Amino acid sequence: MATGPASALEFSQNKILAGSWSKPVSRGGATGIRTPDYAGNSMTIELKLNQKSVSLDADPDMPLLWAIRDLAGMTGTKYGCGKALCGACTVHVDGQPVRSCSYPISSAAGKSVTTIEGLSADGSHPVQVAWRELNVPQCGYCQSGQIMSAVALLDKNPKPTDEDIDNAMSGNICRCGTYTRIRAAIHKAAGESS
Amino acid sequence: MSNIINGVSRVSRRDFIRNTGLAGGGLILAANFSACSGEKELAGGDFAPNVYVNLLESGEVEIVCHRSEMGQGVRTSLVQVIADEMEADWDRVTLLQGIGDAKYGDQNTDGSTSIRMQFDLLRNAGAIARKMLVNAAADIWGVPAAECSGHHHAVHHKASGKMLGYGELAGHAATMPLPEQVEFKSPADYRYIGKPMDLVDGMAFSVGTAAFGIDTVVPDMLYASIERCPVVGGKLISVDDTAARAVAGVVDVIQLGDGTSPPDFNPLGGVAVLANNTWSAQKGREALQIQWDMGTNASYDSSSYRKQLEAAVNAAGSVVLERGDVAAALANSAKTLDATYYAPLLSQAPMEPPAATAMINDDGSCVIWACTQDPQTAQAVVAGALGLEPAQVTVNVTLLGGGFGRKSKPDFIAEAALLAKLSGKPVKVTWTREDDIRHGYFHSVSCQYLRGGIDADGNTTAWMQRTAFPSINATFEPTDGPSASELSLGCTDNPYAIDNMKIEACDAAAHVRIGWLRSVSNVYHAFAASSFADELAHLAGRDPKEYLLDLIGPDRHVVPAESGAEYENYGQDLGEHPIDTARLKAVLEEAASMSGWGRKLPGGRGLGIAVHRSFLGYVATAAQVSVSDAGKLQVEELWTAVDAGTVVNPDRVRAQMEGAGIFGMSLTLHGEITAKGGAIVEGNFDSYPVIRMSEAPRAINVRIMPSNAKPGGVGEPGVPPVAPAICNAIFAATGKRVRELPLRNVSLA
Repeated sequence: MATGPASALEFSQNKILAGSWSKPVSRGGATGIRTPDYAGNSMTIELKLNQKSVSLDADPDMPLLWAIRDLAGMTGTKYGCGKALCGACTVHVDGQPVRSCSYPISSAAGKSVTTIEGLSADGSHPVQVAWRELNVPQCGYCQSGQIMSAVALLDKNPKPTDEDIDNAMSGNICRCGTYTRIRAAIHKAAGESS
Repeated sequence: MSNIINGVSRVSRRDFIRNTGLAGGGLILAANFSACSGEKELAGGDFAPNVYVNLLESGEVEIVCHRSEMGQGVRTSLVQVIADEMEADWDRVTLLQGIGDAKYGDQNTDGSTSIRMQFDLLRNAGAIARKMLVNAAADIWGVPAAECSGHHHAVHHKASGKMLGYGELAGHAATMPLPEQVEFKSPADYRYIGKPMDLVDGMAFSVGTAAFGIDTVVPDMLYASIERCPVVGGKLISVDDTAARAVAGVVDVIQLGDGTSPPDFNPLGGVAVLANNTWSAQKGREALQIQWDMGTNASYDSSSYRKQLEAAVNAAGSVVLERGDVAAALANSAKTLDATYYAPLLSQAPMEPPAATAMINDDGSCVIWACTQDPQTAQAVVAGALGLEPAQVTVNVTLLGGGFGRKSKPDFIAEAALLAKLSGKPVKVTWTREDDIRHGYFHSVSCQYLRGGIDADGNTTAWMQRTAFPSINATFEPTDGPSASELSLGCTDNPYAIDNMKIEACDAAAHVRIGWLRSVSNVYHAFAASSFADELAHLAGRDPKEYLLDLIGPDRHVVPAESGAEYENYGQDLGEHPIDTARLKAVLEEAASMSGWGRKLPGGRGLGIAVHRSFLGYVATAAQVSVSDAGKLQVEELWTAVDAGTVVNPDRVRAQMEGAGIFGMSLTLHGEITAKGGAIVEGNFDSYPVIRMSEAPRAINVRIMPSNAKPGGVGEPGVPPVAPAICNAIFAATGKRVRELPLRNVSLA
């Protein structure tokens, strides 16, 4: 069972052929960076994004979230609150989980940023596998952030208790209410990674 | 509709057309492939038996999901139904998402309708494809079609052992006439229906490639953030955008005018800042200097409005259900009890805020990408906003990062369309969380007054209920009265076997946009009725579960019209989907049994239970809570029994019940939207908290009742019993009766 291509829509003479599914253009990944046309305030910030060196021209105060999404064109990292309240935007900076909506791009200079897209080449990270095996997601929107927080937890604590999970994961809101499955999936991933 | 004959459903072509809501021309077969499924052109050897299925010459099957995926799992369950009836192999199916188009029939993904209303439609889509493939093979082999069968992606002739794969048959099947009748598979032969198939989007979710409304990127597009009047009905007086335009990255500032009265699905107006990235648009917006005329709703204040609602239910309203003589029965009761329940405005707060992208083509037509629950309404509203015909608007449906009713309303999509037209560039509008919380279509604030009487033996003799809440209808037309359809949601469908019952509806004016939220009016109606039933049980000195079984009474079908109620049965026939007290009691017994009802609990703990039918599904939930001496509440465990009739994907049903437990806990413990000076006070997850992992129960146990009944709803019915089950558990634990939500405003110490 497959789902339709992520770019089923085509551009042709500025007219879009009515399409069936999802995104109109392919994601830029870490290549094809688009830089905003700033009058001023911008600086060039070099960092590693999912193992690739990138340089982004951005206002140093721009949150890493929007730099990743709008400048680097990687949309797996989600906006949820803009105030580090919900965890949907969680990425790793030098291995540590951060809320990218409240983390200025300038602070990431020279560092290594990992997003959901960079967690594995093929979705084979044990946490990703556990998420699929237990069918954790409902709408799926918060799950990038949930997975990034779970990976950070397991990196630090390979055999977390329920309480450890509650402490590590309570910054990540899931409005669909998948918490009991997230707990189970983290335990499952912990078992598999041992 | 299908006739069930000895367990085999037969459906005529006319019925199928009626079921799809299509004119005859919507099913174009034979030589004409222009009306293929999805939106692409098919090649000559391909076969499109109807708008939901393409069979390619290669044997690959494309199935179109015309409903919106917001976490309920419809993209998985829809494929299960069509592929099963078609006998298509799972790994040869590709799922396409349909645009908004009347050819698909009803696409409004709302009211827990996808399976309960379209199960037969989807089965037909697959069964017709299978039947035509069988007929094509029989024609090729020169044998009676009755000797052939379609299974495992091929047609087989048992007597000769011949077999032709579906792909090999596609071209010939396309020349076959549409069958007059099809037979549905026997449930015993189901391969996917009733099985816990994995999510079709599971991989995309786990690697970050799933595309939501907020993720759309169109070349040269601008990113917009809109400042809207804090009060509904207010108007823009003036704006100074000098500082906004000076923000790096800002490209333009565009005034959107004012909202409409009534607000309808229209944009709220305001001032939009367009930039070349989201953050610059937000920063530019913060720099706007705006003066508003707040308008007539500026005096709206939640605390004084609550007093108005309480006063409203303190006086007689319009009688919407009556049987027996409540006044006399109350006068003759051994004991009576009065209670007033209050529940506040709520915001759906999906994790993905409203977001939409629009592009205007050179010919003036418009293309939309949006997280919409209702693409056909979005198409109509955008067309209206731009002065186009609906056919000139293409609405592409992305995944929805949660919906819960918010994304039924296309106001945010029309915003994007207007800005694309006014700026001459493609535009993506992304609402901030504060926009979402403050400018939503809110779940109604409500107040209910109940008065009950019991006789000397503890039997309930009288039930009087008054309900007041601003109506969703007020969003669309001036009205102060609750609608029959909202009263049908857990109020006039009261299933209790009480001889003397009277329900009255009282007026309440709307001062914000009121809209649907998961389970809608059932939430507050079930909170009041199921809490009050528990109160009466304790008044009678009875075990609440045993009392509730007696209250529901003998096995029967409740007919609200017999008590004078104008009852809408979720848009479906009451004969086919009765209010069945036996099913109600069965889930109640099951949830009680799962929870170990009656067991001795350690101090400070209690069990509570509630049962409610909504959207044609029956759900009972038992909750175990602990309350510390300091009043700290923990919901330790939930047990839910659900009877949703025939179930397509039991794992998704389970997931919906688990999610409903958390969603119900959020509104029980935390959820409250308030207005001051007409403006919404809350703005983000700090002031509008929802349940987090640390508060989630250790377990949410779900039991799906085995059933061959017609499918009922699943997405919503799990929510209503949660609040009363928790509040009843609090009473069991502490002796404190909770009559208002959320619990964070109530001291349990």
